[in-house]
Amino acid sequence: MAAPSIGRPAGSDWVREKIFLGMTPREYVRSLVTPGNAVAAVILAVGLPITFIRFTQGMGAVSNLSDANPWGVWIAFDVLCGVALAAGGFLTGGAVHLFGMKEYKPLVRPAILTGFLGYALVVVGLLFDLGRPWRLPYPMMVSLGTTSVLFEVGWCVALYLMCQAVEMLPPVFEWLGYKRLRQWAVGLTAGATVTAVVLSTLHQSSLGALFLIAPGKLHPLWYTMYLPVYFICSAIGGGIGMIIFESSLSHSYFKEQTKHHPHGEFDKLTIGLGKAGAVVMYMNFLLRWLGVAHDNRWELLTTGWGAWWLVEVVGFIGLPCLVYLWGYRKDNVLAIRIAAVWSVIGLILNRFNVGLIAFNYTSTERYVPRWTEIWVSVMIITIGVLIFRWMVNRMPILLQHPDYAGDEH
Amino acid sequence: MDPSRRQFLKTAGVAAAAAAAGIVAKPLTAEANVHVEANPDRFGVLTDTTLCIGLNCRRCEIACAKENGNPPIDTPPEDESVFDHLRRTHENQFTVVNRYPNPHGADKHPIYVKKQCMHCDEPACSSACFVKALRKTKEGPVVYDASVCVGCRYCMVACPFDIPAYEYHNPTSPKVRKCTMCYATRTSLGRKPACVEACPKEVMTFGKRSDLIKLAYEKIQADPVRYERHLYGEHEVGGTSWMFLSGAPFEKIGLPEHLGDVGLPEYPRNYLSAAPLVMAIWPALWGGLYMFTKRRDELEKQEKEKGHETHDQEEK
Repeated sequence: MAAPSIGRPAGSDWVREKIFLGMTPREYVRSLVTPGNAVAAVILAVGLPITFIRFTQGMGAVSNLSDANPWGVWIAFDVLCGVALAAGGFLTGGAVHLFGMKEYKPLVRPAILTGFLGYALVVVGLLFDLGRPWRLPYPMMVSLGTTSVLFEVGWCVALYLMCQAVEMLPPVFEWLGYKRLRQWAVGLTAGATVTAVVLSTLHQSSLGALFLIAPGKLHPLWYTMYLPVYFICSAIGGGIGMIIFESSLSHSYFKEQTKHHPHGEFDKLTIGLGKAGAVVMYMNFLLRWLGVAHDNRWELLTTGWGAWWLVEVVGFIGLPCLVYLWGYRKDNVLAIRIAAVWSVIGLILNRFNVGLIAFNYTSTERYVPRWTEIWVSVMIITIGVLIFRWMVNRMPILLQHPDYAGDEH
Repeated sequence: MDPSRRQFLKTAGVAAAAAAAGIVAKPLTAEANVHVEANPDRFGVLTDTTLCIGLNCRRCEIACAKENGNPPIDTPPEDESVFDHLRRTHENQFTVVNRYPNPHGADKHPIYVKKQCMHCDEPACSSACFVKALRKTKEGPVVYDASVCVGCRYCMVACPFDIPAYEYHNPTSPKVRKCTMCYATRTSLGRKPACVEACPKEVMTFGKRSDLIKLAYEKIQADPVRYERHLYGEHEVGGTSWMFLSGAPFEKIGLPEHLGDVGLPEYPRNYLSAAPLVMAIWPALWGGLYMFTKRRDELEKQEKEKGHETHDQEEK
């Protein structure tokens, strides 16, 4: 894995340095032939015809969406999970820039890049799911339906995407070698971070609030007035899990780039995050019981749906919380990584429960996604991973650009 | 200007802009989430399910298809098999008649219930729509404007009666499809909907909603044995334009009784009114924290430099 190039060579050398990682085009193409890329190629090769069919024959041709089940995996996974898992961006930005937890600075850029890509891909996912995707700007400029929670979600996601784009400018300008532009972009970071935190808290909870309008359709163990609170709090839990998961992967995959950040030091950060994870998961665990107590749903816990609720709350919030705690007390990085993945799966399970499984629970017509729907989601994730790798290999995301060593941002 | 002051102004500017957005957003969100401007003369339909014959009829379905330019119904009226399972409305069929066994005994006549958009007084679909494609008219019907619809299908998620349907196989201009109470061709002109007109048994009565409520209670009082003592739709989800009388519990004839009397837009309303508050308070809170952190770091740095200086002097 070649390290990003530094400085500003001229002409075709520039392309060679910046785009081809210092290789000739021929060498570069040869370097792309790897098992991982082969898998990605297969995913894209199957995904593209599905995309073509979707946009020429309608979404009914590739999905099991129906009048009884208007929202499927494209909403439950691509949007509800995508947004929640991208919470790491605003969390690390806030922790480092607002709370002054400087030691976590190495995690900010990868987390913000993950968040930015996550949100951009949410929009890509929406293009598949919206009947007329080219009208995406309509709620912003043509006809403003202010009574809709979705109106708030749309605005927040659009503005938040812009915030994260601003936060991504410094590494992009460092890569291109534009020092003055970079300085200007750094000046915007404070405003972008504050705005990002504001927008995140709003729209993470809005995604939960989307379901407030359907009290008869979402099972009462999941439907509570606390839904918006649950969504923001579980996104924080899932976001921490994703930071641990994603940074651990990066540290082993992009070894060359993280040399400056010794493993011992990195492990300390992971353990610190594990402690935060334990606290947040504990809070989530309590909150979920609070909803049952507030609405007095205790008798529902003995039903089949109650058992499924317990699987989610005890199995995927309570247990990972304990594993986090154990890992933190024993300084066990592996346990913390396991808890992180566990809590991320728990978050996905929660979003699936609210969006698909416990939704329309009385309906006789149950929704099961068609393989093509899942393939589209997998294709979107693959594109995200490819872009992440492309950028990390070229821009100072994981390593610090030597020109700006000691700089605050 | 020194950098920290400029920084402060920048952050304060963001906070002020967000607060302003909050102030603007407040009346906007309040506008359509409160009870609709209820026109006392708005129309409605009273359906007396005890009169519907169902089998060998379905004239309402036929008339509906014709009026809306939809394909004719695909099973003939005498075909009893359509009643074997419960049907819902679809993109090409805005009303369906379903059959329910009579809960008073298997020997009793089964109950036929027509299903179509209820035209709620506080429509969940309309409040859920983020481009205002769905709208409650002052005449009563809830109508749809395809020219702004993005196709998110949140209206379908929101509708408590599972009415809006979607053209999933239309790649270029898919529309949400549902009963409009014949708004464009009939009710906006004061004429009764096609299904009401076509019914040979006068199951449905079209008129001013307030008159229909009076009529319904007269019917219940005149024959308390025949009817349940409840007018479905008078208060359900804040009231609907389409109302039902029944001889059997409504829950048994496909009209959910657990929906409550509160208009569904009420549920997200509190949440939405909190959002501008967050937009006003949060930036100041987080911006303040940012400045606090920054100042603390600066002081720390100064302290350290000072420490170094005195240390150096001592060494000399």
